[in-house]
Amino acid sequence: MDESSIARSGDRLLAAYDSGIPTTPITAEGPVSLEEAYGIQLHQVDAWLAAGRRIAGFKVGLTSRAMQVQLGVDRPDFGHLFSDMILDGSAPIDIGRFISPRLEPEISFVLKDELAGPGLTLVDVIRAVDYAIASVELIDSRIADWKITLADTIADNASSGGLVLGTKPLRIDAADLGLIGCVLQKNGEVVATGAGAAVLGHPLNAVLFLANTLGSLGRSLPSGSVVMAGALTAAVPIAPGDRFTATFAHLGSVEAAFTSGTGVSA
Amino acid sequence: MSGGDVETGASTRAWGVERVVDTLLEAEHGRHDITRLTEEWDGLDLGAAYRAQRLLIARKLASGESRVGVKLGLTSRAKQQRMGITSPLTGVLTDGMALTAGEPVPFGALIHPRIEPEIVFVMRSRLAGPGVTAATALAAVGSVHAGLEVIDSRFRDFSFAMPDVVADNASSSRFTVSATGVSALGLDLVLEACVLRKNGVVVDTATGAAVQGNPLEALALAANDLASRGEAIEAGDLVLTGGLTDAVFVQPGDEVSAEFTSLGSVTLSVEGTS
Repeated sequence: MDESSIARSGDRLLAAYDSGIPTTPITAEGPVSLEEAYGIQLHQVDAWLAAGRRIAGFKVGLTSRAMQVQLGVDRPDFGHLFSDMILDGSAPIDIGRFISPRLEPEISFVLKDELAGPGLTLVDVIRAVDYAIASVELIDSRIADWKITLADTIADNASSGGLVLGTKPLRIDAADLGLIGCVLQKNGEVVATGAGAAVLGHPLNAVLFLANTLGSLGRSLPSGSVVMAGALTAAVPIAPGDRFTATFAHLGSVEAAFTSGTGVSA
Repeated sequence: MSGGDVETGASTRAWGVERVVDTLLEAEHGRHDITRLTEEWDGLDLGAAYRAQRLLIARKLASGESRVGVKLGLTSRAKQQRMGITSPLTGVLTDGMALTAGEPVPFGALIHPRIEPEIVFVMRSRLAGPGVTAATALAAVGSVHAGLEVIDSRFRDFSFAMPDVVADNASSSRFTVSATGVSALGLDLVLEACVLRKNGVVVDTATGAAVQGNPLEALALAANDLASRGEAIEAGDLVLTGGLTDAVFVQPGDEVSAEFTSLGSVTLSVEGTS
């Protein structure tokens, strides 16, 4: 892909956000390298920054073996988290802002120090993390029917949508995050369960991957960044009226309720 | 291999629980799979299936095995809804199924083994329904352990109707239970996490909530269901409460481990080399 086709693909995804109408896979027009896919993502990030949005952190995706097997890949990917994607879980969330949203419980981290890779180890990550916090990620796809390959989801900001954070920060030495259990309930029914080790064997491995990958691209992971480490369970589709509760050992729970946004019901 | 004389004998008889048990034991001993018996005999309903299971266990006990507990199956609410039932199914555990610490899974003796992690109770006192609740079930539990169950349905591709799997003693084959147990009091089994690894790689994770919302709920439902057939969970029984994750297929040389938040770890290796 040349510069102009990277920009054109990025613009196509930006248009899908604006119209709410998903587009066809980027890879349908021809092969897209991972470098080109991240170029398409960065084209959109530049546009969002120019529009005044602020980067709050990153998401790491494709961190579970199940997802990696499904997409035929052996490594995670990452996307950018903007501050306006962090949503208020105390009020119903208008589902109309998304195209085909799904929800995943995750452990997120907030950094107290900058992490400048490559060449970092888990020791550096442990020193730089301020705290862990419960979260649910709302994933979404600007590509119709989630018909994505690895390059498609990377180009589409790692299929990110939004984030609802818990309210109980936890020091990372307070528990073994790999063995923290999580129960996801939808409208009161248990729909999925999982543990921290679902994320690359341990959720801090996601931060390590992110910091080293950003480092290899000449970027650092800034102090204060929120890092969504990856899903503990399979993603669950969201419909208007749904109410989700993700309950984590040690980290408390996160609630998220959804409305169609078409008006207030009587 | 399949014991032709016995098979001929079985196939010339009219269908009944005796022939169901003969067919299942032949499959187990001959290490060959069979197709659904519910498609051979329309009289194989759930009641007949539990009578067949009782006879199958009686045969195992007559051959020198001892009863050591019960296993619960189909403990996922989603799977129960698909099968149209509201409580787990039960099977009986014998010492012939128990693998001691370090004893490999005898791959050569099995049809198509799969392994699943389980939360295991050792009962302090007898638990007899009806009227058992999760709270009263808790009072009867002595200790809680990590377990791995080897399931090996005698049915081809694990394809069966409810009465098939009940008659087949809930696909039971082998199991191992950690010798270190913890008290159930104060343990949050809903959030007790389990990490399933195969050859060192995390293949699945879950918590106790995957089992009927709480393994103690599964225990209570099973005690009440057993009571409807005049049975109880006895003091000293092991209770395998049901798979926390999907069961993983294994091959010779594989190693499967389950690591729990509070229950410790348990590992099974499969005999042979990969």
